[in-house]
Amino acid sequence: MHYLVHVLLVLALPPLLLGIANRVKALFAGRRGPPVLQLYFDLAKLARKSTVQSRTTSFVFRAGPVVALATTACAAMLVPLGAHKAPLSFGGDLVFFAYLFALGRFFTVAAALDTGSAFEGMGGAREVTFGALAEPALFFGLLVLTRLGGAVRFAVVLGPGLADHWVEAAPSLVLVAVSLFVVLLSETCRVPFDDPNTHLELTMIHEVMVLDHGGPALGMILYGAAMKLFVLGAVVVGVALPASSGNAWLDWLLFLGGMLGCTVLVGVVESIMARLKLVAVPKLLVTACLLSAVGLVLLVR
Amino acid sequence: MSEPFVSANGEAFDWSAVPQLPFERFADGLLGALGAGQRAAAFFGVATGAGTELVAVLASERDGLLRWSRTLVAGSSFPALTPHAPELHLFEREIAEQHGLRPEGHPWSKPVRFVATTQRHRSPAEPASRPAPPEVGVTDFFRVEGHEVHEVAVGPVHAGVIEPGHFRFQCHGEEVLHLEISLGYQHRGVERALAAGPDKRGPHYAETLAGDTTVGHATAYCQVLEALGGVRVPARAQALRGVALELERIANHVGDLGALAGDVAYLPTASFCGRLRGEFLNLTAELCGSRFGRGLVRPGGVRFDVPAPLGRSVLSRLDTALGEVNDAVGLLMDAPSVQARFEETGRVSAATASSIGLVGPAARASGLPRDARHDFPHGVYRFHQLPVTVWHTGDVFARAHVRRKEVERSGTFVRRQLEGLPGGALESAPAAPRPGQACAVLVEGWRGELCHVALTDLRGRFSTYKVVDPSFHNWLGLALALRGQPISDFPLCNKSFNLSYCGFDL
Repeated sequence: MHYLVHVLLVLALPPLLLGIANRVKALFAGRRGPPVLQLYFDLAKLARKSTVQSRTTSFVFRAGPVVALATTACAAMLVPLGAHKAPLSFGGDLVFFAYLFALGRFFTVAAALDTGSAFEGMGGAREVTFGALAEPALFFGLLVLTRLGGAVRFAVVLGPGLADHWVEAAPSLVLVAVSLFVVLLSETCRVPFDDPNTHLELTMIHEVMVLDHGGPALGMILYGAAMKLFVLGAVVVGVALPASSGNAWLDWLLFLGGMLGCTVLVGVVESIMARLKLVAVPKLLVTACLLSAVGLVLLVR
Repeated sequence: MSEPFVSANGEAFDWSAVPQLPFERFADGLLGALGAGQRAAAFFGVATGAGTELVAVLASERDGLLRWSRTLVAGSSFPALTPHAPELHLFEREIAEQHGLRPEGHPWSKPVRFVATTQRHRSPAEPASRPAPPEVGVTDFFRVEGHEVHEVAVGPVHAGVIEPGHFRFQCHGEEVLHLEISLGYQHRGVERALAAGPDKRGPHYAETLAGDTTVGHATAYCQVLEALGGVRVPARAQALRGVALELERIANHVGDLGALAGDVAYLPTASFCGRLRGEFLNLTAELCGSRFGRGLVRPGGVRFDVPAPLGRSVLSRLDTALGEVNDAVGLLMDAPSVQARFEETGRVSAATASSIGLVGPAARASGLPRDARHDFPHGVYRFHQLPVTVWHTGDVFARAHVRRKEVERSGTFVRRQLEGLPGGALESAPAAPRPGQACAVLVEGWRGELCHVALTDLRGRFSTYKVVDPSFHNWLGLALALRGQPISDFPLCNKSFNLSYCGFDL
């Protein structure tokens, strides 16, 4: 029953998160903003459209959005939502989780390179560079969690034991939560790493790679991006809010509250700070890496 | 060595008083003056029966005077001066395009606007057969060769709703080694249309030279006509022209600051400034019914009066809007993440700015105190001085900072004018231009110095009408600002210059 809720939430909720983040940004800017459900409308519109593909592209180009969405959806099945268990769980699923994203990224970049456009090549180079730096940050965070939990499984590291670890290893967990939040911003292409609203091809990272996609393929990309925000948000919420009320339905509410808070935080960050210079992006990712590393040092000293 | 002919800004004089020099003396005098701190305000060709006359109008900030010289080129080429004076490079390319003269030794001689040969003057020495019209943008571009060097082409169709222009980057990874900007897509032939005047369409053409500089170009055009016709403009009209010009400056600067915020994804200021720009445009609409000031400035004066109650209401709305601008822009400039983006980005040194002849806020942000309102005061600026806003760092921050200060100072200026509007008439009767005259007018538009030059023939019609928009001087500044910068900073640098495509393409 709860697995069903898990799947439903993962499939239905992600576009809403982006709507909420946009609403927060609009509030900060003194605007009314688009409807909270805007992305649903956009997806419905894109699904009905036909696509035009460049003659230079091959199946790689068409595979990009599909693989990216599939890997994200697969990763979503691994992450426990709040106090509830994930539908899929096995030893080493943490590592599998991380490399599902890497697989999706590989195909997105390959699809971008397949177009042969200078813009998309630049975007691909940036994505891979920053991805390579976000990965250690993610792993250092997971390493701290694994060290605390004692197993390389989401079910254990984000399980009921985490609440106790907050008592004894709070500093490490705070560092990890911050670090994972930075990774979330980077992986989902939000400010200060990327500007999801910009129309300026030369400054884009993720958006520029998908310039040639249209119609349902673009819809898949947007949906996948929203789902990625949901999945990584669930990990951050899992670390930051390991509380369990005892009542299963109340736990769902608690989780949704945590997701709402996380989304609002993304919106707030986006509203109060400017984008980083592209050359400064690696510095922030290395900082995130170091935060988790310090968390690890605090544990093993 | 003969002294060049000297005129004041907006002074009409007998064209025959400017001596025609042999080319060597013309070139020596021109290069010497440019080396000694003068600046090319305009350098253009005039088609005559005997060949093409080259005319140079130099501006000197030191004494606030314009110096004229001319020479006759009878053949089909002349030795290029660009190798010795880089700021002439576009002027010489323009002469080559408009008059079919070849500047020998020009380092990068190629079309400026891709004008069809049928659309231009012909030098007598030119063969009668004409090649096919050039296709705009189809030309050689500077290329950097080598391993790992790649080329990025942007435009002429852009992702935003902006004007068309082609940008060719030579990159090594993210670093830009060279940027070449190719324009001409907006060429309408409006300068030629103006030269067919003066007529009723003239002011309308002038207003559309660059739509965001409507008041500036209209003012320059009208001052040319008034000088040529010997018309005195009433003090009240002068003051109102000043008010409109400064409101135009405020509106555009505020819009630019908002756009800069948008480019670094700093939302609050981007949204607020977008709205506030509209407030200032609406104030201009209060004055004349058009948000861009169309129909306000006409030869002889202005068309719309500002009665005292209207002046008071405009002032109170101006104060509110300026207060809000101060808050929104303060938020932007004080945010550490924004400062990190603005500082050290797109730097143009004072030496570079001076050698390529930058004008306007871009020049002032590089530490050059150039402001036609101060250096070549015209109209109301002769009686009410504005301080020149200068900053020394030459980066995006400097260009934003100069705009911010200018908004404040223009606000003060508008207040002073509206509180003490002189009485009297709004318009003098226009008079037809006198024959055989010449006149150059410099007006400091919001983007920089607007230069209009007119010569009249023996019937009092224009024989030449030349427009130099500040963008004509400044596009190269943007290209140089990008050298050694990450390519991802191009949109930000571009916005910090915010140059006009149609003002350049004419």
